[in-house]
Amino acid sequence: MSDDIIRRDPRAEWIARNRLHPLHDAMKQAGAAEVRGPSGLIRRNPHAVGFIGPNGIKRIDRLNGNSQAGGSRRAAAKTVDLPLHRVETPDYYIAVVPDLIGGRLTAHDKDVLGQAHQLVSAAGGAGAVLTIVFGDIREDSFDKSGVDRLMQFSGEQFEGYAPEARIAALEHIEKSLAPKFWLFPDSVAAGFELGCRLAARLDERPLTQAWQVGPETTLCRGAGGSSDITRPTQRLLLLAPECANPIDETRHEALAMEAVELGATEGKLSDLGQVAVDPNSVALGEAEFILSAGNGVSNWDNFHRAAELLGATEGGSRVVVDDGHMPRFRQVGASGTWVTARVYVAVGISGAVQHLQGIGQCDKVVAVNTDIGCDMVKRAALSVIDDGDEVLTELMKLVQEYRQLEVTDAA
Amino acid sequence: MPPKSVADLRVAALISVGKHPSSGRARRADQDARAVEMGLGLAPGGLEVIHAGNPNETVLRDYAGMGLNKLKVIEQSADADVVPALSEYLSDDCPDIVLTGVRAESGESSGMMAYLLGEKLGLPVVTRIAEIRAITDGQAEVLQALPRGQRRAVRVALPFIASVDSAAAPARQSAYGPAMRAELEADSRGIEIKDEVRAGWEENPARKRPKRLKVVKAKTAADRFKAATAKATGDGGTVMRDETPAEKAKAIFDLLVEEGVLR
Repeated sequence: MSDDIIRRDPRAEWIARNRLHPLHDAMKQAGAAEVRGPSGLIRRNPHAVGFIGPNGIKRIDRLNGNSQAGGSRRAAAKTVDLPLHRVETPDYYIAVVPDLIGGRLTAHDKDVLGQAHQLVSAAGGAGAVLTIVFGDIREDSFDKSGVDRLMQFSGEQFEGYAPEARIAALEHIEKSLAPKFWLFPDSVAAGFELGCRLAARLDERPLTQAWQVGPETTLCRGAGGSSDITRPTQRLLLLAPECANPIDETRHEALAMEAVELGATEGKLSDLGQVAVDPNSVALGEAEFILSAGNGVSNWDNFHRAAELLGATEGGSRVVVDDGHMPRFRQVGASGTWVTARVYVAVGISGAVQHLQGIGQCDKVVAVNTDIGCDMVKRAALSVIDDGDEVLTELMKLVQEYRQLEVTDAA
Repeated sequence: MPPKSVADLRVAALISVGKHPSSGRARRADQDARAVEMGLGLAPGGLEVIHAGNPNETVLRDYAGMGLNKLKVIEQSADADVVPALSEYLSDDCPDIVLTGVRAESGESSGMMAYLLGEKLGLPVVTRIAEIRAITDGQAEVLQALPRGQRRAVRVALPFIASVDSAAAPARQSAYGPAMRAELEADSRGIEIKDEVRAGWEENPARKRPKRLKVVKAKTAADRFKAATAKATGDGGTVMRDETPAEKAKAIFDLLVEEGVLR
């Protein structure tokens, strides 16, 4: 009953009305939440809403703190509190051998890791996903991709094309840890080859192009992708792309496991290294390294020389193609080619939306531009604010020195 | 260029029945035909083309039409595992180079055959080759096709097994007359082992795979709006503004070296 009676404080009301009263400011601060008018209704003071912005104009934040500036700060905080998935003493292991192209996990590798965790949750118990990598690694988010244990084999014998040494290492893991499953990405890169070699060595029948893996049965693509084969799930799986969703809601330990020192294996294959291929004969869509020109390039001879010296495939924005500086099949962007390069150097390209769509899958973008505010600079991992021709000339000098140094080292 | 010096080189090409990707009709398998083409370039006289399966298959004539006088067919039923029969045949009198495709266009198309044969015969396996550059002193230098149009040179001792990639030289046209004149030599003496594991599988025409949805895990409407409309921005890269052009070029150079694209 007492809740219904509105108690008025005439003195407080009088102080609130009188802006010259010495207690007016303090009273306003304290009672900002709720002020009762004479009729008992809650009165909101429109002058107290919002804050004064940097240019002296009052701003009202109607998004309740969800505006862009606040959002990015919150996003940075959000990455910290992913729950940590911990496996203290694993009952069993699931071995994953990723492609690790350029030392980084590919999207396909992350799908395979996601599949490994699905198998762990289907099998139950404390299973750890053991990831086996060869050679150098540049990946820094193993923990966020679902790697519980990481075993790295490094050394000269595992560098380059060394299937025999790698299979010897995998065979050793099979003997010492006996993983419950072996997962490989069924990709054009090393995954398919290693998986097949290990299967032949262990006399296992692998499931190839598996795209729906259950604890009992698995759906595989057969007959060159034109049929689906339902078959019992086996130990060794070669997984198709997008077989499972990658891990994105947990962090994992990525604990390093000691790799055993293996003696040099006597191989019948020897790697003679990669052969120089004319970069312009590689289709733009699958080129690894692209030097792309935009309206900011004026010295075209210089640009072509730079591309040749760097060994990069040439690309161009719509403007330069329309102006006739480059053929149409070199155009990068929405109406040209969607490129997948690992490194994309954009010289004098400001970055139209259509162009940024075309380079959406590129790993590292380098922007050379005179305008610091352009969209390409926002997208790029490294931006250089300068004239494109000058930077290319300096870059060519460095590359020439580097090449000469290599030749003298070899001699 | 194929080496001409090795006169008595013996090459075997293993062929299978292909399947056209859109019509589904039986055809000359693309990679196997490229393997035959490579074999014809290496050793026109010493090439033996081998098929394990049904000798009455008409598609085999398409291979013969590439200029082969003879095709060897090891008779096997449709549900047989061909690896034991082939390894038995090849182990009797092993050729210097055995060429296959990377993956068959019909059946399981696991791509395991080259590796299984290599394991059984104890031969090294080179995968996805585009070209055999030279054969000298019992060593072959082969070019491997890598993703993104790259090539790698590998040296391997003869004899070896190689799977031929789609990047190898395309197969020549098949001519009708020579195809009809060629001799199909059927051999039914070999062993035949039924593939019993495969009998338990269920095979259907390929279902369309569901497309992966782009799920935006945003809690508020403002975040969802931002995810739908935001332009692609990197996570705050380095910006170099006041340095000299030489310093800026050095930074780019270092990045290229670190990424390993500068060769």
